[in-house]
Amino acid sequence: MIELEHICKTFRVAKRNAGMGEAVRALFRREYTIVHALRDISFRIGDGEMVGYIGPNGAGKSSTIKIMSGILNPDSGICRIDGRIPWKERREHVRHIGVVFGQRSQLWWDVPVVDSFELIRDIYEVDEVRYRQNLEELVTLLNLGEIIRTPVRQLSLGQRMRCEIAASLLHNPTVLFLDEPTIGLDAVSKIAVRDFIRRLNREKKVTVILTTHDMQDIEALTERILLIGKGEILLDGSLDELKNRNSPVRRLHVSYAGGYFVLPEGVSLLSDEHGRAAFAVDTRICGVSRAIEGLSRYAEITDLTVESITAEELVVSLYEEFAI
Amino acid sequence: MRLYWKYLKIHFKSQIQYRASFFLTLIGQFVTSFSALLSIYFLMSRFHEIDSFSLSEVLLCFAIILMAFSLAECFVRGFDRFSAVISNGTFDRILVRPRGEMLQVLCSQIDFSRLGRLVQAVFVFSYAIPASGILWTPEKILLLILMIFSGIAVFSGLFVIYAALCFFTTEGLEFINIFTDGGREFGAYPLAVYGDGILKLFTFVVPLALVQYYPFLYLTGRSNNLIYFLMPLIACLFLLPCFLLWRVGVRHYKSTGS
Repeated sequence: MIELEHICKTFRVAKRNAGMGEAVRALFRREYTIVHALRDISFRIGDGEMVGYIGPNGAGKSSTIKIMSGILNPDSGICRIDGRIPWKERREHVRHIGVVFGQRSQLWWDVPVVDSFELIRDIYEVDEVRYRQNLEELVTLLNLGEIIRTPVRQLSLGQRMRCEIAASLLHNPTVLFLDEPTIGLDAVSKIAVRDFIRRLNREKKVTVILTTHDMQDIEALTERILLIGKGEILLDGSLDELKNRNSPVRRLHVSYAGGYFVLPEGVSLLSDEHGRAAFAVDTRICGVSRAIEGLSRYAEITDLTVESITAEELVVSLYEEFAI
Repeated sequence: MRLYWKYLKIHFKSQIQYRASFFLTLIGQFVTSFSALLSIYFLMSRFHEIDSFSLSEVLLCFAIILMAFSLAECFVRGFDRFSAVISNGTFDRILVRPRGEMLQVLCSQIDFSRLGRLVQAVFVFSYAIPASGILWTPEKILLLILMIFSGIAVFSGLFVIYAALCFFTTEGLEFINIFTDGGREFGAYPLAVYGDGILKLFTFVVPLALVQYYPFLYLTGRSNNLIYFLMPLIACLFLLPCFLLWRVGVRHYKSTGS
């Protein structure tokens, strides 16, 4: 169980104007601006949940992750993870969490991956039996068999990321923080990583908190989304809820062989050319199934797709809505 | 300790991956400190003695400091290279692991190529120990070992201070090198030869004279004052304020995150 209540964090950032003279002056006297990185953040995440934590750059995502992983202490507010306060009981706390920073490696560059794993085993004091078991399982699930004896510097980014994830799970954490785990990966690696995370969450009941800019990650993985902007939690809900809230309109693409369309109330025709028609369905007036039923009554429909707003579009519209 | 050993192994494995580079650095380290040795030799062949210290005595002094420095630089290099750990975010990784921060920083870099200097120190020792004319009683041998270890402690303390300041500045502050590299260079001669001011600086600010000059007087039989014998132990107290500063630094990091 992760609980955050009224977490606030401010940073002092040195202010400096452009120019050589200003740079020299800043050597002696510095002016600071106070940046409110987090203002009054509160949320709860239950055991076994998978949560996407999204927001634009500089919104406070990584500050929150740092507080939850015990790297940073907040100015005020309470944060408890499984009953522990991360920055006060750092060592005990970090035994139970795993952290993957997508852009930074935790593996030793010049030695085979398995050597890094063994050192991590010693750092976390994982006993040999459990280590063997975990390693075998991770090697199978993440398909590491061929690369585990290769030095990290010779791995591709996708291979390395799979190893990074494995390295963060050797000690059976109950909470996993993933900071942009799919950044820079090719499509195949992305899918492999996503599948693994989904399985981990479903089968092992590991709580996963995922920050990402990749909306396909969000769509594929998370049931719940936390949107942060300018240091505040702006929205907390499921992806579907958010989609509905933001756009009740669905788009229907229809291919038809003959006949004609009678538009039910709430449905409007967008285009109709060469046997392909597009309709906008306002779900507040007419449900999608009723719209399909109405449209197919006098027309012979051969193919049909329902398109809702993509996660990508959703986020853009949310950022616009909240002006963040 | 077991964990330290594991880290040692992984660093060793990493470094022998680049064999050519490893051996070239090793030789380079050996040769650079050779120049310091030569300068002592030429100087002493001119003047025969400095402040009543003979060549072999100066060499002994040189070897003690060199050995302490090279061991500190090899095993405490994690602190010496700490500005990189801060700026590339590795310290965050250290904080999410269930081990002490100092141990992990200590383990983050172990640079075996620095042992080139150690080889040099061993050579000089093998000449200076018999040539110095000191009667090597068990007591004197103990003192010699104490001097080396307290030297490691003082140099390590300086590296820790250097690292702790990185928490506040992010960039490394090179001025500390006045005391680390400078201490090594100055330490080649008994510190009193530089005059009273320098001796005071190295007594009360950076206690290198407690490692080298005062116990050296006892070692060469110039003094029988037992306090001089105990000076190396007192020098080790230098580590306490260093650790304190380190802790302040960690606390600062945790509240600013940079």
